[in-house]
Amino acid sequence: MAVLTESRAAVIQRHVIFALVQNKPGVLAHVAGMFAARGFNIDSLVVGRTESPDLSRMTIVVTADDRVLDQVRKQLAKIIEVVKVKDFMGLDYVERDLMLIRVNAPPAKRGEVTELVNLFRGRVVDVAPSSLLVELTGTEAKLESFIDLARPYGLVELARTGVIAVPRGKQKD
Amino acid sequence: MADASKNPYLGLSGADIFDQALREEGVEVMFGYPGGAVLPIFDRLYDSPIRFILTRHEQGAAHMADGYARATGRCGVVLATSGPGACNLVTGLATACMDSIPVVAFTGQVRSFLIGNDAFQEADVTGVTRPITKHNVLVKDVRDLARTMHEAFHIARTGRPGPVVVDIAVDATMAKLEEDVSQEMDLPGYKPCLTGNPRQIRLAAEAINAAERPVLYVGGGVILSNAVTELRALIAKTRIPVTTTLLGLGAVDEDDELSLRMLGMHGSAAANYAVQDSDCLIAVGARFEDRVTCNVATFAPKARVIHIDIDPTSIGKNVEVDIPVVGDARDILAKLLEHAQPKDRSPWLAKIADWKKRFPFVYEATGRIRPQEVIERIGRMTDHNAIIATGVGQHQMWTAQFYRFRRPRQIITSGGLGTMGFGLPAAIGAKVACPDQTVIDIDGDGSFSMTMVELITAVQNDIAVKVVVLNNGYLGMVRQWQEMFYRRRYSSVTHPCPGFAGVAQAFGAVGMTITDRAELDDALAALLKAEGPAVLDVQVEPEENVYPMVPVGKSLHEMNLGRVV
Ligand SMILES: Cc1ncc(C[n+]2csc(CCOP(=O)(O)OP(=O)(O)O)c2C)c(N)n1
Ligand SMILES: [Mg+2]
Repeated sequence: MAVLTESRAAVIQRHVIFALVQNKPGVLAHVAGMFAARGFNIDSLVVGRTESPDLSRMTIVVTADDRVLDQVRKQLAKIIEVVKVKDFMGLDYVERDLMLIRVNAPPAKRGEVTELVNLFRGRVVDVAPSSLLVELTGTEAKLESFIDLARPYGLVELARTGVIAVPRGKQKD
Repeated sequence: MADASKNPYLGLSGADIFDQALREEGVEVMFGYPGGAVLPIFDRLYDSPIRFILTRHEQGAAHMADGYARATGRCGVVLATSGPGACNLVTGLATACMDSIPVVAFTGQVRSFLIGNDAFQEADVTGVTRPITKHNVLVKDVRDLARTMHEAFHIARTGRPGPVVVDIAVDATMAKLEEDVSQEMDLPGYKPCLTGNPRQIRLAAEAINAAERPVLYVGGGVILSNAVTELRALIAKTRIPVTTTLLGLGAVDEDDELSLRMLGMHGSAAANYAVQDSDCLIAVGARFEDRVTCNVATFAPKARVIHIDIDPTSIGKNVEVDIPVVGDARDILAKLLEHAQPKDRSPWLAKIADWKKRFPFVYEATGRIRPQEVIERIGRMTDHNAIIATGVGQHQMWTAQFYRFRRPRQIITSGGLGTMGFGLPAAIGAKVACPDQTVIDIDGDGSFSMTMVELITAVQNDIAVKVVVLNNGYLGMVRQWQEMFYRRRYSSVTHPCPGFAGVAQAFGAVGMTITDRAELDDALAALLKAEGPAVLDVQVEPEENVYPMVPVGKSLHEMNLGRVV
């Protein structure tokens, strides 16, 4: 018999996990508390309403090895108010993160910044004398690369929703 | 007007509903303590047939409910007030949670419109108890009360059992139910997996049939799932030797030739050697906890591991498992019994018989009374058939080593959390559940000191528990570690106690003290014969140590056998 940490450990991957939870007070605290108590790190956690008023949908991004992931999935499912858990790893799915980012853009630079926004298919949603507020959606990776490219102009403020994800159609549930 | 035949609670107050729902759940007895936020409930209980045992501390109530549940398999029920009352339950809930014991705790909460305002005696009870319960819920509306209560019992006793807290705002107990709300349970996320996957069971059977040196490693889950008959049938058919955890004691008769006794840090040499040498370890309702594995990297190094457990999170948490089978132990063992075949494994059984013969649990019966001999005598005098509760420490390990348990639900001890002070209140709960059985708390002087106030509860309610305090004048288990690993620097472990006999007498119980071996038999006989609650303070050898012992970080087979013959 082998110890888990030594045998299977190593491969650390980013997993997008979806949890359907009952829409009841305390559920978020329960899920967050479980993550904290078991020492699991979360990259992001998003809660939102769904098509049913009784259910909320959590999208959780966790970067961890298989053993931790196995526990994350099982511990989530064990919470009474959690109705369903699914790891999107290996599935074809669409993920989106929404960002509002204010970039320094004095009149001289405004053209360059706007071009960058257009290249990323973002939208300028507010114009101030020396900055632009940009709305951008996409995968985490896309947002990251926009941030990298915009950084030299100076980032004033940034807010992100965290990832939500839904599998593509015609797949086995 | 809605139809009352459809909703039996219609027109009732929250307190009435509380009482009625409890009776529907078959609750006959409750342990607890009153206060402002539960006054309407206590007013209702005044007329209720449900027996209420008023304790001296809410921790005692929680342990009593726990002991009641362990002795019977039924849900133990606790009731406490808001704030301080609820907070005093915390240790008891955590104890029950670690050992998967079905307890339902009801706590009063301040009026719903005050919640969150730091009202008098307000505490965020669901917040505090979330990590130490299987589930908890706050009820603010009388419409949710009955359904939530039934859900609480259902969750507590099904799947992997555990404690559930229902925190009830006091105004919900005063309000009348005027609306015909649905009483259907609403638990779409709660689907415990009960039956084992047939393919996994077949794989497990094949591995067992192929094994030359199999060992069954049985935990408390087998007792919780009432799978002892199936387990014993499997052992009888396959002749596979079996070791148990502390909580699994009694799943097999420890006098059975296939019993290896308990394994782990203070387990038997035979059990630990057998696990280390085994080629197929069959874990049933056990979770590879560190007091069992000691060094998880070297635990059962040659074995294929089959892990049968109802809780998927237990599987793969501590060790890698070759054949996991998720489901109820009873169902799975019954099916395994069909597929597992008898097989001649004489060399393995001979090796085990040899270990058992060479390395029994031993002690030296010279000088002052040894704690081990007291337990051995209690075993003989009760025909190894009494219900035995313990505190936590050396006396607990000696009880596990020397009593020789025969049947399930016989040992009542805090395994996972290791809660000192558990023994007496848990014994009281067990005695309430099983009034016709002898219930003995074998306790330590330190542990007993923590909750001995509940002796008053036993006296007041005529609960004839017996207590044997193995009084070494030390927090013995801590002292042993300081002796072995901290160069005998005894730091805050000397523990002079008041005469426990005098304390018992002052509380209205029988109290006796002995120091001499010659007095032991008579004193134990007198204890067992005493009509009501009784305490025997046995002054034992102060620096006796528990052996075998696997030192921290070592492998099971590297145990220190002590000063053995
Ligand atoms: C509530 C609690 N506090 C502290 C401990 C740590 N602890 C474990 S054993 C022990 C000593 C127990 O002393 P006693 O009850 O006299 O038993 P003995 O070991 O002497 O038999 C202590 C302090 C614990 N298990 N539980
Ligand atoms: Mg002691």
